[in-house]
Amino acid sequence: MTETWQEVSGSVLRTALVVGVATGTYGLSFGALATSSGLTVTQACALSVLTFTGGSQFALIGVIAAGGNVASGSASAILLGARNLLYGARLAAPLQLTGWRRLVGAHVVIDESTAVALAAEDRGDRAARLGFWATGLAVFALWNLATLIGAIAGTAIGDPRDYGLDAAVPAAFIALVAPRLRTLPAWLTAAAAAAVALAVVPAVPSGVPVLLAALVPVFAVLVFKERAQ
Amino acid sequence: MTWAAILVTSAGCYLLKLAGLLVPRAWLEQPVVARVAALLPIALLAALAAVQAFAVGSRLVLDARLAGVAAGVVALLFRAPFLVVVFVAAGTAAAVRALG
Repeated sequence: MTETWQEVSGSVLRTALVVGVATGTYGLSFGALATSSGLTVTQACALSVLTFTGGSQFALIGVIAAGGNVASGSASAILLGARNLLYGARLAAPLQLTGWRRLVGAHVVIDESTAVALAAEDRGDRAARLGFWATGLAVFALWNLATLIGAIAGTAIGDPRDYGLDAAVPAAFIALVAPRLRTLPAWLTAAAAAAVALAVVPAVPSGVPVLLAALVPVFAVLVFKERAQ
Repeated sequence: MTWAAILVTSAGCYLLKLAGLLVPRAWLEQPVVARVAALLPIALLAALAAVQAFAVGSRLVLDARLAGVAAGVVALLFRAPFLVVVFVAAGTAAAVRALG
């Protein structure tokens, strides 16, 4: 039974929209926190439009709110963006972006677009490309709209947690990664990466646990290579 | 000062995203690099989901989120569609929170 492109694209677009709504809504929290940290509404919106990677944005306003050194705040925010580099390296082959599409596409290389693209990749590179663009644009539109609303309304608009979105977002990522966990190395890598990240949460700043988990596949490949010989 | 930080952070984050897409294909096709690159998003996204499910700042906390995520995983194991998994997780967490 082969799926038609209409079925594939419909399914991929629905996934992109759900992910866009679930994570984009967190822009409400970002906007409210940014203005209560001393940013103007324009500055909060500029961060969401121009930086457009949640972890780095929250890190920067955290430093500004604490009255910390803004230059080192920028440096650590950029460091947290390094995981997008790793996503880009993995996505380059299926996406095959060139010219202006690569310059525009780079801006939406984030957790969500990567997760949906990789989940769709089993249905072909065309599905992966649709998942990447649809999710990137859905999250971009909703994250920025929500940032504006949150920045203006502050905490008056409820909390995303009231709707269970703090559970919906990790559940969405798990569902998107699940199809990739069919091999033992992939399964062990995911479990070890989660364990490493949780183990270092109390010891390092927000965002760093996920980056440290990037070391797990490096070790995994070296170990399985030894065993294969 | 704040504007400078916003612009520098944005430029840095954009260049990192672009750099990933520009990594030379030949370099990525080396066997060891290719195997690491294939596993990297799995590791990052699994770690991200774990941190989102358990962390509050620098503390690990078991709360309504975990009930929601667990319910989502059960739905996933029963091969529920993506939309159902996400709604089950959200609904369970919201319900547990409302009851608690």
